Amino acid sequence: MGKQLLLEHINVPGLARLDVYRANGGYKALEKALKMKPEEVVEEVKKSGLRGRGGAGFPTGMKWSFLAKPEGVPRHLVCNADESEPGTFKDRFLMQHNPHVLVEGMILSSFALGANTSYIYIRGELLYVYHILEKAIAEAYAAGLLGKNILGSGFDLDLYVHPGAGAYICGEETALIESLEGKRGNPRIKPPFPAVSGVWSRPTVVNNVETIAATVPIINMGGEEYAKIGIGKSTGTKLISACGHINKPGVYEIELGLPVEEFIYSEQYCGGIRNGKKLKAVVAGGSSVPILPTELILKTAKGEPRLMSYESLADGGFATGTMLGSGGFIVMDETASVVKNLWNFTRFYHHESCGQCSPCREGTGWMEKVLHRILDGHGKQSDVDLLWDIQSKIDGKTICPLGDAAAWPVASAIRHFRAEFEEYIKNPSSIKDEKHYYNVRNEKAPVA
Amino acid sequence: MSTENPQFSPETLALVHKIIARYPEGRQKSALLPLLHLAQMEFDGWLSVPAMDYVAGLLHIQPIEVYEVASFYTMFNLKPVGKCLIEVCRTGPCWLLGAEDLVRHIEKRLGIKDGETTPDGMFTLKTVECLAACGTAPVIQIGETYYENQTCESVDNLLGELRNGNERKTHFDKKHINA
Amino acid sequence: MPKVTIDGHEIEVPKGTTILQAARMIGPEVAPPAMCYYTKLKTSGGYCRTCIVKVTKGSAQNPNPMPKPVASCRTEVMDGMEVVNFTSPEVLEARKGVVEFLLINHPLDCPVCDQAGECHLQDLGYEHGAAKTRYDFERRTFEKIDIGDKIQLHMTRCILCYRCVKTADQITDGRVHGVINRGDVAEISTYIENAIDNDFSGNVIDVCPVGALTDKTFRFKSRVWFTKPVDAHRHCDKCSGKVRLWFKGSEVLRVTARKDQWGEVEDWICNTCRFDKKQLSDWTVEGPSRIDRHSVISQGHYELAKLKLDTGKKLKELHGGK
Repeated sequence: MGKQLLLEHINVPGLARLDVYRANGGYKALEKALKMKPEEVVEEVKKSGLRGRGGAGFPTGMKWSFLAKPEGVPRHLVCNADESEPGTFKDRFLMQHNPHVLVEGMILSSFALGANTSYIYIRGELLYVYHILEKAIAEAYAAGLLGKNILGSGFDLDLYVHPGAGAYICGEETALIESLEGKRGNPRIKPPFPAVSGVWSRPTVVNNVETIAATVPIINMGGEEYAKIGIGKSTGTKLISACGHINKPGVYEIELGLPVEEFIYSEQYCGGIRNGKKLKAVVAGGSSVPILPTELILKTAKGEPRLMSYESLADGGFATGTMLGSGGFIVMDETASVVKNLWNFTRFYHHESCGQCSPCREGTGWMEKVLHRILDGHGKQSDVDLLWDIQSKIDGKTICPLGDAAAWPVASAIRHFRAEFEEYIKNPSSIKDEKHYYNVRNEKAPVA
Repeated sequence: MSTENPQFSPETLALVHKIIARYPEGRQKSALLPLLHLAQMEFDGWLSVPAMDYVAGLLHIQPIEVYEVASFYTMFNLKPVGKCLIEVCRTGPCWLLGAEDLVRHIEKRLGIKDGETTPDGMFTLKTVECLAACGTAPVIQIGETYYENQTCESVDNLLGELRNGNERKTHFDKKHINA
Repeated sequence: MPKVTIDGHEIEVPKGTTILQAARMIGPEVAPPAMCYYTKLKTSGGYCRTCIVKVTKGSAQNPNPMPKPVASCRTEVMDGMEVVNFTSPEVLEARKGVVEFLLINHPLDCPVCDQAGECHLQDLGYEHGAAKTRYDFERRTFEKIDIGDKIQLHMTRCILCYRCVKTADQITDGRVHGVINRGDVAEISTYIENAIDNDFSGNVIDVCPVGALTDKTFRFKSRVWFTKPVDAHRHCDKCSGKVRLWFKGSEVLRVTARKDQWGEVEDWICNTCRFDKKQLSDWTVEGPSRIDRHSVISQGHYELAKLKLDTGKKLKELHGGK
């Protein structure tokens, strides 16, 4: 197993408690950061090459440097803990078992950005984690790690948790900001970007849980050291949540650059495909990213081994590649039906569309209906082209990336598994006969 | 609790004021989502019009601003629900590992369909989107608790246990207010 | 002042001007259609996506093209920006897609719709849509409801442009209607049966680009192209009193705000002027309205003299007393 930065002590009993977290080196990074200048902290994060872990992979240091700093206007750091991308459960796992790493990361990042009130926006379904975080924050206040004059540094910070209430779209940063303001989660039209006008029209940085947590090891070890881990521009470690038809689903911390094949088949990670079946396809970065068939997930089109990194997974563009995304790694074996799975994803995007802009509002439902018709045995040969055309008219035409996220799975499924669609349409009985999923209890302990 | 004239208990009201103070002066609307969670906890697991109007009054906003928000987020129930709201994840990985069978099984056991409540007011079945527990799929949420790695057999046991309990299960749990 | 080129036409515009506004300054030949943007309503626009254009050059400073089509109504011009609209087959194709999306759940009940003849969706479909629909599923429907005694909401026709919500937010006190639910089941609603009752509520009818919000005092009185629009004014304590009267014979069938070349209200009017002043004697007539485009009304060209008005004398006075 590679370097463990976020999950190193995950199996230590009581890690969620402040005393245990501190006994395992916790809050050392904060102490160190508070002795630095805020801009030096930003500089370390820049040097680390850390990229947003929520899905987009935008360089965090650069995002921070865009933050406007008008005189007399408060600015805010908001942590995006609205983890809802199907296949992704790393943030929940981290917050549940190691809440203080997020709290520590929030304090030192707020210090770096000059924010004196920060928020963790957690999805409503995770109210039990909300309470874990509230408890960790209360402990931090009691220990002088939050509030006025933190550790005698003169830096003040209030940190609050804010619950969502069931809306995937609130993972999009401007929808999250709207939701934090007590409104419907309708994404805003950019520009202005949150760095200039975010929550309550104030300059705001929104970062994913894992991104914020990663600032802790970065400050501890120094940005340059962190950047030595990983490969190329994919520096550091990444939490991957693996699920589907594998022997050992769970959350794994990998060094970026690990070969996909090793990740799937090694006993250290997924432990291979369940029940001795063969691998059919992988959705490598959460439901939104393009699905790839076995031959393209294990090797790039050039025949090189595919690696778990931003660049290698994207190698070949959408024609033969995909994205690292949020690290939600969904594995399907030979019994899985790509079309049925696609219908499920499309139904999801249809259900989660906010309804604000027309291509997404109308197009997602239309695609779901066409897919449903195919699965109902009433598909037409023209339906595959119709689906392709609908997705192409959503992709890139919407206010926020949910439209793209709904379009890409459809496009990639048709691109790589067109024959399956055509077979279902030509021979509807092939749909009904197929047992396309298991209902076998996962006996293996979920990992850490 | 009167459904005509809902009022938070003094403890909950104290928490309400604490929550409102988390947001800047004049931005009290920001507390809407947490307050609606509390309202749902306190007022029988759902948001009636008087309950929403009450929250609007607490935050000095128009009632329509509450209706717009409450109807946007799926966790807010705009109709009465049973004491146990059984939320079964139906998305991607859970579905790949048998959520569909699980839903059918529960429907058969309880004699209700997705979205319906048993005549005794005990159970409501609701399918929900990805609960971020795909590694332990299929997963069911009841109140604030996640039940992971579910099978038809384990669900039978679970339903049995729940039948014996009498407390209403809500996402935001009263025990956290007293803590 | 930044210079921008749209479909080959260059124009210099004040800083902060959007691409759409710059295009409108050049003229209708380059101006993208807009279904949700409304100049008078702050934060409107960006939703319907009909005004999307392609920015082929970001600015003089940063000449890179923008990677995706942008909503011209919400994108400010930069100096040296180059934009393609009607000259880009890609934009036209994308717009055709948007029109199709807007129409898949629209009832297409134009023959019995009061908005027919002045419906922006009708024009949009005609100018930018495909002749045939590929959508063969059941369409979304809602019950018609009255919101107050003067306005009817026929949600089935709504394209969720948010204009009426922004109107209520920005020019009236205590908004009672809004958008509830989400996705393709989102709807304009008061949630509980509630009347929209304030002095300026009638303006939601004028801003509605389709037949979702209609004037109950006018419903089914006449096809709009059989009525004659005349500009008139009266002294009003609440609003500017500058309106448009729609005559059939000598009868005032309806009163609306005056609209400009782009179909946007020039001055908001109050409900008293709109609903309660339907006698010609209530008004000082200024003359026939100029209808530039977007309407079959402009086809029904007419002479002022043809109006059989009791107060013909008054009209004559208007025209110099001859």
